[in-house]
Amino acid sequence: MRIVLVMSIGHTLLGLLESGPCHGYDLKRSFDERFGRDRALAYGQVYSTMSRLLKNGLVEIDGLESGGGPERKRYAITDAGVTDVEQWLGRPETPEPYLQSTLYTKVVLALLTGRDAADILDTQRAEHLTMMRELTRRKIDGDLGDRLICDHALFHLEADLRWLELTAARLGELTLEIRK
Amino acid sequence: MTDSLLSGHDLHKTYGSTPALAGAEFTIRSGEVVAIMGPSGSGKSTLLHCLAGIVRPDSGTIRYDGRDLTAMSDGGRSALRRSDFGFVFQFGQLVPELTCLENVALPLRLNAVKRKEAEARGLEWMERLEVADLARKRPGEISGGQGQRIAVARALVIRPRVVFADEPTGALDSLNGERVMQLLIGAARSTDAAIVLVTHEARIAAYSDREIVVRDGRSRDMARAA
Repeated sequence: MRIVLVMSIGHTLLGLLESGPCHGYDLKRSFDERFGRDRALAYGQVYSTMSRLLKNGLVEIDGLESGGGPERKRYAITDAGVTDVEQWLGRPETPEPYLQSTLYTKVVLALLTGRDAADILDTQRAEHLTMMRELTRRKIDGDLGDRLICDHALFHLEADLRWLELTAARLGELTLEIRK
Repeated sequence: MTDSLLSGHDLHKTYGSTPALAGAEFTIRSGEVVAIMGPSGSGKSTLLHCLAGIVRPDSGTIRYDGRDLTAMSDGGRSALRRSDFGFVFQFGQLVPELTCLENVALPLRLNAVKRKEAEARGLEWMERLEVADLARKRPGEISGGQGQRIAVARALVIRPRVVFADEPTGALDSLNGERVMQLLIGAARSTDAAIVLVTHEARIAAYSDREIVVRDGRSRDMARAA
């Protein structure tokens, strides 16, 4: 779970960087404003993530500034980084409870970078329904215990799907909000 | 998909100045269950009505079993609906003056089947839907869940090749809704009927083999999107 979280922070920072080169501090501020309302990103996490992205060739140093304090690096996304974001946005998440924060991040990044956010929601919807079909089959063939267990999972997945539907209906509104 | 039983291509339909369908596509094979999903007002019921030949689209083509439905006369489409299609709606829409058995037998009677035979076949379907004990009751005397089972029996009694179900569980609680779906799907599978299922409930859509999503009158086949 922890690895997934770190990975999605990397993708989120990459996605934010796609709008134009910026310093680690500005990236952190941008992340916190959009996605870190409940939990701001630690500086250390930003710099360690950027080092990893740099090492993997997904970002590059766009410039160095030296002032009174420590040297400040300006990062830019590379072509490989753009491809990485593209693949991450297009890949559905494994359906599980409390997925909304990752999906919300993907939708906002898609809107920020001019990609098709409705497409992301539709791909996720298909992934959810595939799992719901599997649970429904298991439920039909199973005993009462199976049915109760499958129903619990089905109701949770259905709640996710209702959120996807509502978000799809609000994409226009969200686009205006983000571009303010 | 070359072996489709029923398909709609580039369907357009406007009510007054409101576009309900704007280039919708659809295809279904024998024995397949396809869910049509989408928000209220997206055009999903209009799509079902066009595919079933109830409403004629402004443009586009609908093909059923090699025939062009859009080129058929109103009378021809009505005859086809009576012989090949079954319908289940959200509120059953049973005839209140008739008994439940007479309701189930009605599609056969409209196809000129004699009363005795029609009612015998109707009773068989009521048994399969576990509502045979309601045969002599009238719709006003039974519950919503029982009414939907009667409606399913009525839809299947002619052994249709396509069942059109428009929010068949929309008025039912979860338990009754699930039961109606299981009976509907099980009965249709046993006769190799295709089911076009309009629903906004994901748990109900999960009974389908695949789904298409309709938004602003356009459809998206999610099996191809995934």
